[in-house]
Amino acid sequence: MAYPEKIRNLYQGQVKAIQDAGLFKQERFIHSPQAADIDVEFPAGAPLKKVINMCSNNYLGLSSHPDVVKAAHEGLESRGYGMSSVRFICGTQDIHRELERRMTEFLGTEDTLLFPSCMDANAGVFEAVLTKDDVMISDRLVHASLIDGIRLCSAMHDTYKHSDMAHLEEKLQLHADKRLKMVITDGVFSMDGDTAKLDEMVALGEKYDAMLLVDDSHSSGFIGKTGRGTHEKCGVMGKIDIITTTFGKALGGASGGCVSGRRELVEMCRQRARPYLFSNTIAPVVVSGVLKVMEILSASTERRDKLEKNAAYWRKGLTEAGFVLREGDTPIVPVMLFNAKLSQDFSKALYDEGIYAIGFFFPVVPQGQARIRTQISAGHEIHHLDRALDAFIKVGKKFNILGKTKQEIIQMYGM
Amino acid sequence: MEGLKDVILQYVTKEYLEDDSEPLNFDTPLISGGIVDSFSMVSLKRFLENRYNIQIPDDKATPEAFDSVNKIAVLVEEFVGKKG
Repeated sequence: MAYPEKIRNLYQGQVKAIQDAGLFKQERFIHSPQAADIDVEFPAGAPLKKVINMCSNNYLGLSSHPDVVKAAHEGLESRGYGMSSVRFICGTQDIHRELERRMTEFLGTEDTLLFPSCMDANAGVFEAVLTKDDVMISDRLVHASLIDGIRLCSAMHDTYKHSDMAHLEEKLQLHADKRLKMVITDGVFSMDGDTAKLDEMVALGEKYDAMLLVDDSHSSGFIGKTGRGTHEKCGVMGKIDIITTTFGKALGGASGGCVSGRRELVEMCRQRARPYLFSNTIAPVVVSGVLKVMEILSASTERRDKLEKNAAYWRKGLTEAGFVLREGDTPIVPVMLFNAKLSQDFSKALYDEGIYAIGFFFPVVPQGQARIRTQISAGHEIHHLDRALDAFIKVGKKFNILGKTKQEIIQMYGM
Repeated sequence: MEGLKDVILQYVTKEYLEDDSEPLNFDTPLISGGIVDSFSMVSLKRFLENRYNIQIPDDKATPEAFDSVNKIAVLVEEFVGKKG
Protein backbone atom coordinates (compact mmCIF):
# COMPACT_ATOMS: atom_id res chain seq x y z
CA MET A 1 0.00 0.00 0.00
CA ALA A 2 0.93 3.61 -0.18
CA TYR A 3 3.69 4.85 2.09
CA PRO A 4 4.85 8.00 0.26
CA GLU A 5 7.69 10.21 1.44
CA LYS A 6 5.31 12.68 3.08
CA ILE A 7 3.98 9.96 5.41
CA ARG A 8 7.51 8.74 6.16
CA ASN A 9 8.52 12.33 6.91
CA LEU A 10 5.54 12.76 9.21
CA TYR A 11 6.60 9.81 11.38
CA GLN A 12 10.28 10.72 11.22
CA GLY A 13 9.28 14.14 12.53
CA GLN A 14 7.36 12.54 15.41
CA VAL A 15 10.29 10.29 16.35
CA LYS A 16 12.63 13.27 16.23
CA ALA A 17 10.29 15.28 18.45
CA ILE A 18 10.44 12.46 21.02
CA GLN A 19 14.25 12.48 20.78
CA ASP A 20 14.45 16.27 21.04
CA ALA A 21 12.24 16.23 24.13
CA GLY A 22 14.68 13.79 25.75
CA LEU A 23 11.95 11.14 25.99
CA PHE A 24 13.40 8.59 23.56
CA LYS A 25 13.47 5.10 25.07
CA GLN A 26 16.45 2.97 24.20
CA GLU A 27 16.64 -0.73 24.96
CA ARG A 28 19.68 -2.27 26.59
CA PHE A 29 20.46 -5.80 25.43
CA ILE A 30 21.01 -8.35 28.21
CA HIS A 31 23.05 -11.38 27.14
CA SER A 32 22.44 -13.48 30.22
CA PRO A 33 19.41 -14.87 32.12
CA GLN A 34 17.52 -12.37 34.28
CA ALA A 35 19.26 -12.21 37.67
CA ALA A 36 21.07 -9.93 40.12
CA ASP A 37 24.24 -10.14 38.01
CA ILE A 38 23.69 -9.57 34.29
CA ASP A 39 25.81 -9.02 31.16
CA VAL A 40 24.64 -5.94 29.27
CA GLU A 41 25.38 -4.56 25.82
CA PHE A 42 24.81 -0.82 25.96
CA PRO A 43 24.84 1.14 23.83
CA ALA A 44 24.20 -1.29 20.96
CA GLY A 45 27.51 -2.71 19.74
CA ALA A 46 29.40 -1.88 22.94
CA PRO A 47 31.36 -4.69 24.65
CA LEU A 48 29.45 -6.61 27.32
CA LYS A 49 29.55 -5.14 30.80
CA LYS A 50 28.86 -7.03 34.01
CA VAL A 51 26.44 -5.01 36.14
CA ILE A 52 24.22 -5.47 39.18
CA ASN A 53 20.57 -5.25 38.24
CA MET A 54 18.68 -2.88 40.55
CA CYS A 55 15.61 -2.28 38.40
CA SER A 56 13.90 -5.55 37.54
CA ASN A 57 10.56 -6.82 38.84
CA ASN A 58 12.24 -10.14 39.65
CA TYR A 59 11.28 -9.59 43.29
CA LEU A 60 11.57 -13.22 44.40
CA GLY A 61 14.55 -14.09 42.22
CA LEU A 62 12.57 -16.85 40.50
CA SER A 63 12.96 -15.73 36.88
CA SER A 64 15.87 -18.09 36.31
CA HIS A 65 15.40 -20.49 39.24
CA PRO A 66 16.60 -23.97 38.20
CA ASP A 67 13.43 -25.72 39.43
CA VAL A 68 11.26 -23.30 37.44
CA VAL A 69 13.39 -23.74 34.32
CA LYS A 70 13.23 -27.53 34.74
CA ALA A 71 9.43 -27.46 35.16
CA ALA A 72 9.13 -25.32 32.04
CA HIS A 73 11.25 -27.85 30.09
CA GLU A 74 9.02 -30.67 31.29
CA GLY A 75 5.91 -28.71 30.37
CA LEU A 76 7.31 -28.09 26.92
CA GLU A 77 7.85 -31.84 26.47
CA SER A 78 4.52 -32.99 27.88
CA ARG A 79 2.15 -30.25 26.63
CA GLY A 80 3.92 -28.86 23.56
CA TYR A 81 4.84 -25.35 22.49
CA GLY A 82 1.64 -23.61 21.44
CA MET A 83 -2.13 -24.01 21.41
CA SER A 84 -2.99 -22.35 18.09
CA SER A 85 -6.40 -21.48 19.48
CA VAL A 86 -8.17 -19.20 21.90
CA ARG A 87 -9.34 -20.75 25.16
CA PHE A 88 -12.99 -21.41 24.33
CA ILE A 89 -12.38 -23.12 20.98
CA CYS A 90 -9.58 -25.63 21.59
CA GLY A 91 -6.97 -23.64 23.53
CA THR A 92 -7.54 -24.83 27.10
CA GLN A 93 -5.36 -27.54 28.62
CA ASP A 94 -5.78 -29.19 31.99
CA ILE A 95 -2.82 -27.17 33.29
CA HIS A 96 -4.53 -23.85 32.49
CA ARG A 97 -7.44 -24.77 34.72
CA GLU A 98 -5.03 -26.17 37.32
CA LEU A 99 -3.19 -22.83 37.46
CA GLU A 100 -6.53 -21.03 37.85
CA ARG A 101 -7.33 -23.29 40.80
CA ARG A 102 -3.90 -22.69 42.35
CA MET A 103 -4.24 -18.93 42.03
CA THR A 104 -7.75 -18.98 43.55
CA GLU A 105 -6.38 -20.88 46.53
CA PHE A 106 -3.28 -18.70 46.84
CA LEU A 107 -5.15 -15.39 46.65
CA GLY A 108 -8.05 -16.59 48.81
CA THR A 109 -10.69 -15.75 46.21
CA GLU A 110 -13.62 -17.65 44.65
CA ASP A 111 -12.40 -18.16 41.07
CA THR A 112 -9.68 -17.08 38.62
CA LEU A 113 -9.37 -16.56 34.87
CA LEU A 114 -6.02 -16.44 33.08
CA PHE A 115 -5.21 -13.68 30.57
CA PRO A 116 -2.27 -13.35 28.15
CA SER A 117 -0.98 -10.54 30.41
CA CYS A 118 -2.17 -8.38 33.30
CA MET A 119 -2.34 -5.55 30.79
CA ASP A 120 -4.96 -7.68 28.99
CA ALA A 121 -6.74 -8.52 32.25
CA ASN A 122 -7.03 -4.82 33.04
CA ALA A 123 -8.02 -4.01 29.47
CA GLY A 124 -10.87 -6.52 29.56
CA VAL A 125 -12.27 -6.63 33.05
CA PHE A 126 -14.21 -3.35 33.27
CA GLU A 127 -16.17 -3.63 30.05
CA ALA A 128 -17.05 -7.22 30.97
CA VAL A 129 -18.72 -6.34 34.27
CA LEU A 130 -19.88 -2.69 34.07
CA THR A 131 -22.25 -0.70 31.86
CA LYS A 132 -23.03 2.96 31.16
CA ASP A 133 -25.28 3.03 34.23
CA ASP A 134 -22.27 2.44 36.50
CA VAL A 135 -19.30 4.41 37.76
CA MET A 136 -15.60 3.60 38.16
CA ILE A 137 -13.72 5.64 40.76
CA SER A 138 -9.96 5.26 40.53
CA ASP A 139 -6.92 6.49 42.44
CA ARG A 140 -5.15 9.18 40.40
CA LEU A 141 -1.90 7.20 40.35
CA VAL A 142 -3.16 3.83 39.08
CA HIS A 143 -1.12 1.97 36.48
CA ALA A 144 -1.47 2.84 32.77
CA SER A 145 -3.03 -0.54 31.99
CA LEU A 146 -5.94 0.19 34.35
CA ILE A 147 -6.41 3.57 32.71
CA ASP A 148 -6.58 1.90 29.29
CA GLY A 149 -9.15 -0.63 30.56
CA ILE A 150 -11.19 2.20 32.05
CA ARG A 151 -11.10 4.03 28.71
CA LEU A 152 -12.50 0.94 26.98
CA CYS A 153 -15.51 0.76 29.32
CA SER A 154 -18.75 2.67 28.84
CA ALA A 155 -19.25 3.31 32.58
CA MET A 156 -18.69 6.82 33.91
CA HIS A 157 -15.21 7.42 35.31
CA ASP A 158 -14.07 9.64 38.14
CA THR A 159 -10.87 9.83 40.19
CA TYR A 160 -9.81 10.56 43.76
CA LYS A 161 -6.56 12.07 45.02
CA HIS A 162 -3.84 9.50 45.63
CA SER A 163 -4.71 7.40 48.72
CA ASP A 164 -6.96 10.19 50.04
CA MET A 165 -9.77 8.31 51.76
CA ALA A 166 -11.81 11.42 52.60
CA HIS A 167 -11.78 12.36 48.92
CA LEU A 168 -12.76 8.84 47.92
CA GLU A 169 -15.69 9.00 50.34
CA GLU A 170 -16.81 12.32 48.79
CA LYS A 171 -16.76 10.65 45.39
CA LEU A 172 -18.77 7.67 46.63
CA GLN A 173 -21.37 10.14 47.91
CA LEU A 174 -21.32 12.16 44.70
CA HIS A 175 -22.05 9.04 42.64
CA ALA A 176 -24.51 7.45 45.06
CA ASP A 177 -27.22 7.35 42.37
CA LYS A 178 -25.27 5.05 40.07
CA ARG A 179 -26.41 1.42 39.62
CA LEU A 180 -22.99 -0.05 40.46
CA LYS A 181 -19.87 1.60 41.84
CA MET A 182 -16.38 0.17 41.50
CA VAL A 183 -13.35 1.59 43.31
CA ILE A 184 -10.06 0.89 41.51
CA THR A 185 -6.53 0.97 42.90
CA ASP A 186 -3.07 -0.53 42.64
CA GLY A 187 -2.13 -2.66 45.66
CA VAL A 188 1.44 -1.38 45.70
CA PHE A 189 1.96 1.68 43.49
CA SER A 190 4.67 0.92 40.99
CA MET A 191 6.43 4.28 40.85
CA ASP A 192 6.25 5.21 44.55
CA GLY A 193 6.27 1.83 46.28
CA ASP A 194 3.54 2.82 48.74
CA THR A 195 0.66 0.52 49.66
CA ALA A 196 -3.06 1.20 49.17
CA LYS A 197 -5.13 1.50 52.36
CA LEU A 198 -7.19 -1.54 51.53
CA ASP A 199 -8.63 -1.92 55.05
CA GLU A 200 -10.14 1.57 54.88
CA MET A 201 -11.22 1.06 51.29
CA VAL A 202 -13.03 -2.17 52.14
CA ALA A 203 -14.84 -0.35 54.98
CA LEU A 204 -15.87 2.45 52.60
CA GLY A 205 -16.98 -0.11 50.03
CA GLU A 206 -19.20 -1.79 52.61
CA LYS A 207 -20.64 1.57 53.73
CA TYR A 208 -21.50 2.71 50.19
CA ASP A 209 -22.13 -0.65 48.47
CA ALA A 210 -19.13 -0.24 46.17
CA MET A 211 -17.05 -3.06 44.71
CA LEU A 212 -13.26 -2.90 44.99
CA LEU A 213 -10.73 -3.85 42.30
CA VAL A 214 -7.04 -4.10 43.19
CA ASP A 215 -4.18 -4.57 40.73
CA ASP A 216 -1.69 -6.47 42.85
CA SER A 217 0.99 -6.93 40.20
CA HIS A 218 3.71 -5.37 42.39
CA SER A 219 2.60 -7.40 45.45
CA SER A 220 1.56 -10.95 44.55
CA GLY A 221 4.03 -13.46 45.92
CA PHE A 222 5.75 -11.29 48.52
CA ILE A 223 3.56 -8.65 50.23
CA GLY A 224 1.85 -9.91 53.41
CA LYS A 225 3.13 -12.48 55.89
CA THR A 226 2.78 -15.36 53.44
CA GLY A 227 3.10 -13.32 50.25
CA ARG A 228 -0.55 -13.42 49.22
CA GLY A 229 -0.55 -9.71 48.47
CA THR A 230 -1.72 -6.35 49.72
CA HIS A 231 -5.03 -7.77 50.94
CA GLU A 232 -3.13 -10.08 53.30
CA LYS A 233 -0.98 -7.22 54.58
CA CYS A 234 -4.08 -5.08 55.23
CA GLY A 235 -6.06 -7.91 56.86
CA VAL A 236 -8.82 -8.03 54.23
CA MET A 237 -8.32 -11.46 52.61
CA GLY A 238 -11.62 -12.59 51.05
CA LYS A 239 -12.98 -9.05 50.92
CA ILE A 240 -11.56 -7.82 47.62
CA ASP A 241 -14.10 -8.27 44.83
CA ILE A 242 -11.56 -8.40 41.99
CA ILE A 243 -7.79 -8.83 42.11
CA THR A 244 -5.83 -8.56 38.88
CA THR A 245 -2.21 -9.62 38.90
CA THR A 246 0.68 -10.71 36.72
CA PHE A 247 2.99 -13.69 36.31
CA GLY A 248 5.46 -11.34 34.66
CA LYS A 249 7.04 -10.02 37.84
CA ALA A 250 7.58 -11.95 41.10
CA LEU A 251 5.74 -15.09 39.96
CA GLY A 252 8.42 -16.31 37.57
CA GLY A 253 8.58 -13.17 35.45
CA ALA A 254 7.75 -14.72 32.07
CA SER A 255 4.32 -13.46 31.03
CA GLY A 256 0.61 -13.79 31.68
CA GLY A 257 -1.87 -12.42 34.15
CA CYS A 258 -5.24 -13.12 35.67
CA VAL A 259 -8.51 -11.80 37.04
CA SER A 260 -9.36 -13.42 40.38
CA GLY A 261 -12.30 -12.69 42.65
CA ARG A 262 -16.05 -13.13 43.03
CA ARG A 263 -17.26 -16.16 41.08
CA GLU A 264 -19.85 -14.28 39.00
CA LEU A 265 -17.47 -11.47 38.09
CA VAL A 266 -14.85 -13.96 36.92
CA GLU A 267 -17.53 -15.81 34.94
CA MET A 268 -18.57 -12.56 33.25
CA CYS A 269 -14.95 -12.08 32.20
CA ARG A 270 -14.91 -15.63 30.80
CA GLN A 271 -18.00 -14.79 28.76
CA ARG A 272 -17.27 -11.21 27.76
CA ALA A 273 -13.66 -10.04 28.27
CA ARG A 274 -12.31 -9.42 24.80
CA PRO A 275 -8.57 -10.05 25.42
CA TYR A 276 -9.59 -13.47 26.83
CA LEU A 277 -12.00 -14.23 23.98
CA PHE A 278 -9.87 -13.09 21.07
CA SER A 279 -6.31 -13.97 22.02
CA ASN A 280 -4.43 -17.17 22.82
CA THR A 281 -3.85 -17.64 26.52
CA ILE A 282 -0.53 -18.26 28.28
CA ALA A 283 1.68 -20.80 26.51
CA PRO A 284 1.90 -24.26 28.15
CA VAL A 285 5.62 -23.87 28.84
CA VAL A 286 4.95 -20.72 30.88
CA VAL A 287 1.98 -22.24 32.71
CA SER A 288 4.22 -25.15 33.74
CA GLY A 289 6.81 -22.73 35.08
CA VAL A 290 4.25 -20.72 37.03
CA LEU A 291 2.80 -23.90 38.57
CA LYS A 292 6.28 -24.66 39.93
CA VAL A 293 6.54 -21.09 41.25
CA MET A 294 3.25 -21.53 43.11
CA GLU A 295 4.51 -24.81 44.56
CA ILE A 296 7.71 -23.12 45.78
CA LEU A 297 5.80 -20.23 47.36
CA SER A 298 3.21 -22.44 49.01
CA ALA A 299 5.92 -24.59 50.62
CA SER A 300 7.93 -21.79 52.23
CA THR A 301 8.03 -18.05 52.87
CA GLU A 302 11.83 -18.10 52.79
CA ARG A 303 12.14 -16.02 49.62
CA ARG A 304 9.68 -13.28 50.58
CA ASP A 305 11.29 -13.13 54.04
CA LYS A 306 14.70 -12.63 52.47
CA LEU A 307 13.27 -9.98 50.15
CA GLU A 308 11.79 -8.12 53.11
CA LYS A 309 15.16 -8.14 54.90
CA ASN A 310 17.00 -7.06 51.74
CA ALA A 311 14.59 -4.18 51.14
CA ALA A 312 14.90 -2.95 54.73
CA TYR A 313 18.72 -3.17 54.53
CA TRP A 314 18.77 -1.22 51.26
CA ARG A 315 16.36 1.46 52.46
CA LYS A 316 18.33 1.91 55.69
CA GLY A 317 21.63 2.22 53.78
CA LEU A 318 20.29 4.86 51.42
CA THR A 319 18.65 6.80 54.25
CA GLU A 320 21.85 6.83 56.31
CA ALA A 321 23.80 7.96 53.26
CA GLY A 322 21.55 11.02 53.04
CA PHE A 323 19.35 10.36 49.99
CA VAL A 324 15.79 11.64 49.77
CA LEU A 325 13.54 8.56 49.47
CA ARG A 326 9.84 8.02 49.02
CA GLU A 327 8.41 6.65 52.27
CA GLY A 328 7.41 3.00 52.19
CA ASP A 329 8.19 -0.55 53.24
CA THR A 330 8.10 -2.43 49.94
CA PRO A 331 10.96 -3.55 47.67
CA ILE A 332 10.32 -0.51 45.45
CA VAL A 333 12.63 2.20 46.79
CA PRO A 334 12.55 5.43 44.76
CA VAL A 335 15.58 7.72 45.16
CA MET A 336 14.20 11.20 44.55
CA LEU A 337 16.18 13.56 42.30
CA PHE A 338 13.28 15.81 41.11
CA ASN A 339 15.09 17.07 37.99
CA ALA A 340 14.67 14.99 34.78
CA LYS A 341 18.17 15.56 33.42
CA LEU A 342 19.75 14.83 36.78
CA SER A 343 17.89 11.49 36.88
CA GLN A 344 19.35 10.58 33.47
CA ASP A 345 22.89 11.73 34.35
CA PHE A 346 22.71 9.92 37.68
CA SER A 347 21.59 6.71 36.00
CA LYS A 348 24.44 6.92 33.48
CA ALA A 349 27.01 7.53 36.22
CA LEU A 350 25.67 4.52 38.12
CA TYR A 351 26.02 2.39 34.99
CA ASP A 352 29.63 3.47 34.68
CA GLU A 353 30.06 2.16 38.23
CA GLY A 354 28.50 -1.19 37.28
CA ILE A 355 25.01 -0.53 38.62
CA TYR A 356 21.95 -0.83 36.38
CA ALA A 357 19.15 1.47 37.62
CA ILE A 358 16.90 3.62 35.48
CA GLY A 359 15.87 7.25 35.89
CA PHE A 360 12.16 8.01 35.52
CA PHE A 361 10.74 11.43 34.73
CA PHE A 362 7.65 13.13 33.33
CA PRO A 363 5.30 11.85 31.93
CA VAL A 364 5.99 8.48 33.63
CA VAL A 365 5.99 10.30 36.98
CA PRO A 366 4.54 13.79 37.69
CA GLN A 367 6.49 16.85 36.59
CA GLY A 368 9.30 17.73 39.00
CA GLN A 369 9.35 14.29 40.63
CA ALA A 370 12.09 12.59 38.62
CA ARG A 371 13.76 9.71 40.39
CA ILE A 372 15.86 6.56 40.19
CA ARG A 373 13.49 3.71 40.98
CA THR A 374 15.41 0.91 42.66
CA GLN A 375 13.83 -2.50 43.04
CA ILE A 376 15.14 -5.10 45.43
CA SER A 377 15.10 -8.85 44.84
CA ALA A 378 15.48 -11.98 46.92
CA GLY A 379 18.10 -12.79 44.29
CA HIS A 380 20.29 -10.03 45.71
CA GLU A 381 22.88 -11.00 48.30
CA ILE A 382 24.16 -8.48 50.85
CA HIS A 383 27.37 -8.06 48.83
CA HIS A 384 25.28 -6.91 45.84
CA LEU A 385 23.51 -4.34 47.97
CA ASP A 386 26.75 -3.14 49.57
CA ARG A 387 28.36 -2.68 46.16
CA ALA A 388 25.32 -0.87 44.84
CA LEU A 389 25.26 1.34 47.92
CA ASP A 390 28.94 2.25 47.47
CA ALA A 391 28.18 3.25 43.88
CA PHE A 392 25.13 5.29 44.88
CA ILE A 393 27.18 7.13 47.52
CA LYS A 394 30.02 7.79 45.06
CA VAL A 395 27.60 9.16 42.44
CA GLY A 396 25.60 11.02 45.09
CA LYS A 397 28.81 12.79 46.18
CA LYS A 398 29.68 13.60 42.57
CA PHE A 399 26.35 15.39 42.15
CA ASN A 400 26.53 16.84 45.66
CA ILE A 401 23.07 15.70 46.77
CA LEU A 402 23.89 13.64 49.86
CA GLY A 403 22.28 15.08 53.00
CA LYS A 404 20.44 17.66 50.90
CA THR A 405 16.72 18.28 51.24
CA LYS A 406 14.21 18.27 48.40
CA GLN A 407 14.29 22.08 48.29
CA GLU A 408 18.09 22.17 48.22
CA ILE A 409 18.28 19.66 45.35
CA ILE A 410 15.66 21.62 43.39
CA GLN A 411 17.59 24.82 44.08
CA MET A 412 20.74 23.29 42.61
CA TYR A 413 19.24 21.50 39.60
CA GLY A 414 15.74 22.96 39.09
CA MET A 415 12.49 21.01 38.88
CA MET B 1 -25.22 34.79 38.75
CA GLU B 2 -23.31 36.22 41.64
CA GLY B 3 -20.52 34.12 43.05
CA LEU B 4 -20.73 31.43 40.35
CA LYS B 5 -17.14 31.91 39.23
CA ASP B 6 -15.92 31.89 42.81
CA VAL B 7 -17.78 28.67 43.50
CA ILE B 8 -16.20 27.02 40.44
CA LEU B 9 -12.74 28.36 41.23
CA GLN B 10 -12.98 27.12 44.79
CA TYR B 11 -14.14 23.66 43.69
CA VAL B 12 -11.43 23.30 41.03
CA THR B 13 -8.75 24.40 43.49
CA LYS B 14 -9.86 21.93 46.15
CA GLU B 15 -10.51 19.08 43.74
CA TYR B 16 -7.53 19.21 41.43
CA LEU B 17 -4.68 21.25 42.87
CA GLU B 18 -1.91 19.94 45.07
CA ASP B 19 -0.99 21.96 48.15
CA ASP B 20 2.10 23.53 46.58
CA SER B 21 0.53 24.42 43.21
CA GLU B 22 0.36 27.91 41.70
CA PRO B 23 -3.03 29.55 42.42
CA LEU B 24 -5.61 29.69 39.62
CA ASN B 25 -7.45 32.62 38.11
CA PHE B 26 -10.66 32.73 36.06
CA ASP B 27 -8.75 32.39 32.78
CA THR B 28 -6.19 29.72 33.72
CA PRO B 29 -6.40 26.96 31.07
CA LEU B 30 -7.56 23.93 33.06
CA ILE B 31 -7.64 21.07 30.57
CA SER B 32 -5.26 22.33 27.89
CA GLY B 33 -2.98 23.45 30.75
CA GLY B 34 -2.88 19.94 32.20
CA ILE B 35 -4.49 20.89 35.53
CA VAL B 36 -7.68 18.88 34.99
CA ASP B 37 -7.50 15.70 32.90
CA SER B 38 -10.49 14.78 30.78
CA PHE B 39 -11.23 11.83 33.12
CA SER B 40 -11.51 14.03 36.17
CA MET B 41 -13.82 16.50 34.41
CA VAL B 42 -16.76 14.26 35.27
CA SER B 43 -16.75 15.18 38.94
CA LEU B 44 -16.79 18.90 38.10
CA LYS B 45 -19.73 18.35 35.75
CA ARG B 46 -21.64 16.36 38.36
CA PHE B 47 -20.84 18.91 41.06
CA LEU B 48 -22.26 21.73 38.92
CA GLU B 49 -25.34 19.72 37.97
CA ASN B 50 -26.11 18.89 41.59
CA ARG B 51 -25.38 22.37 42.91
CA TYR B 52 -27.40 24.29 40.30
CA ASN B 53 -29.97 21.57 39.65
CA ILE B 54 -29.26 21.45 35.91
CA GLN B 55 -28.36 18.78 33.32
CA ILE B 56 -25.42 19.49 31.02
CA PRO B 57 -25.63 17.16 27.99
CA ASP B 58 -22.42 15.25 27.24
CA ASP B 59 -22.06 16.91 23.83
CA LYS B 60 -21.91 20.29 25.57
CA ALA B 61 -19.48 19.16 28.26
CA THR B 62 -16.47 19.29 25.96
CA PRO B 63 -12.86 19.84 27.03
CA GLU B 64 -13.05 23.25 25.27
CA ALA B 65 -16.15 24.30 27.21
CA PHE B 66 -14.50 23.27 30.50
CA ASP B 67 -11.13 24.85 29.80
CA SER B 68 -11.36 27.80 32.20
CA VAL B 69 -13.51 29.04 35.05
CA ASN B 70 -14.87 31.80 32.79
CA LYS B 71 -15.89 29.31 30.08
CA ILE B 72 -17.49 26.94 32.56
CA ALA B 73 -19.47 29.84 34.04
CA VAL B 74 -20.82 30.73 30.59
CA LEU B 75 -21.94 27.13 30.09
CA VAL B 76 -23.61 26.86 33.48
CA GLU B 77 -25.40 30.19 33.03
CA GLU B 78 -26.81 28.96 29.71
CA PHE B 79 -28.49 26.01 31.41
CA VAL B 80 -29.55 27.85 34.53
CA GLY B 81 -31.14 30.42 32.17
CA LYS B 82 -32.99 27.68 30.27
CA LYS B 83 -34.33 26.27 33.51
CA GLY B 84 -35.83 29.63 34.50
